[in-house]
Amino acid sequence: MLDLLFAVIARDLKLALRRQADLVSALFFFIIVVSLFPLGVGPEMDMLRKMAPGVLWVAALLATMLTLPRLFGDDYRDGTLEQLVLAPQPLPVTVLGKMAAHWLSSGLPLTLLAPVLGLQFDLSADGLLVLTLALLVGTPSLSAIGAIGAALTLGLRGGGVLVSLLVLPLYIPVLIFGAGAVDAAVSGLGFEAHLSLLGALLAGSLFFAPWATAAALKISLE
Amino acid sequence: MLEASQLECVRGDRRLFAGVSFRLEGGELLNLQGKNGAGKTSLLRMLVGLAQPVAGEITWRGEPIRKLAEDYRAELCYMGHHNAIKEELTPLENLLASARLAGEPLSEEQALEALYAVGLAGREDLQAKYLSQGQKRRVALARLIHERRALWVLDEPFVALDVAAVDMVAGLIGAHLQRGGLAVMTTHQAVTIPAGNLREYRLGA
Repeated sequence: MLDLLFAVIARDLKLALRRQADLVSALFFFIIVVSLFPLGVGPEMDMLRKMAPGVLWVAALLATMLTLPRLFGDDYRDGTLEQLVLAPQPLPVTVLGKMAAHWLSSGLPLTLLAPVLGLQFDLSADGLLVLTLALLVGTPSLSAIGAIGAALTLGLRGGGVLVSLLVLPLYIPVLIFGAGAVDAAVSGLGFEAHLSLLGALLAGSLFFAPWATAAALKISLE
Repeated sequence: MLEASQLECVRGDRRLFAGVSFRLEGGELLNLQGKNGAGKTSLLRMLVGLAQPVAGEITWRGEPIRKLAEDYRAELCYMGHHNAIKEELTPLENLLASARLAGEPLSEEQALEALYAVGLAGREDLQAKYLSQGQKRRVALARLIHERRALWVLDEPFVALDVAAVDMVAGLIGAHLQRGGLAVMTTHQAVTIPAGNLREYRLGA
């Protein structure tokens, strides 16, 4: 079973590396959206500092959304998804592997990039550290929850828009606690509670999302 | 071993077929016939468990396939309309990855041997997007060479293949039947399978 998990991750990562345009476009989207705010709002440091957590997190959510339609879309079109569903292993394990690969190719690069972009908002060193930590714990939840939406809208016309409508509301708790952690750190309060809540969200979504996604995939394939 | 009883399929608000029953034993091949839109692919998808029949039941070795689930899928090899190969991977990587994901890893020598057998020598390291339709189909069919699972379900396996490749695939199916395997397939081509007990079922007659 672990072997299957690693096989799925290895295959998806190899595919992501062969198709770097997708990976890079989501990252550039993130960079540009975040950079537009200081340009639009002007160099008022106090305001930028206050906005930073929210802007960075919202941009991360949207960049993740951009990559979701491809999570199962390609496999669905070329028939490999059918083969994955028919493999003699539990489908939730396969799905967990795909979520992990999705996070490694979208969430993790966003997390690593975020502190650099945070500099534009004059975030303190503490703030940058907590921002990175919060994204590290929060973005895997985004991949897991997003997979449910991606599976439900598989093969539908306009699935990309639908997936945003479905998934963005579910991202709200992650957004609140993620941005809250950075806010708390910047204003000198304890941020540990926020991070623990993000961790709890991650544990919950990693447990439930693979089952929900597997069920949704079976419905979409029928 | 494989038995279907009184299967019924509804797509949208149209009934494609009803009352489809057959029984298949080891060494037998069922060739599904029918016009376009008669429901051949729908029936195959039911047989592998991708779709659920509105009514009726499919049993494998006497047990309903819904209950067997993974145990049934471990004895099943399905090839659908799509080739299920990744454009960005080479034929070799495709074959190794799909075998690994199906839970029956191949060694690199076995995979290369299979690719040579389907006539893709010299193409094993070329990304699949540079291959022709027929060559992509050959990559998909290369899976069958080391496939020893009992039930093969093949949806139009001969599409896009040239005469030599059609003979080769027919030979593979024949060898599978001789080993005591079962196969269900659809095809619009007149193909002679060299061995095994051949049966036909006509949908929508």
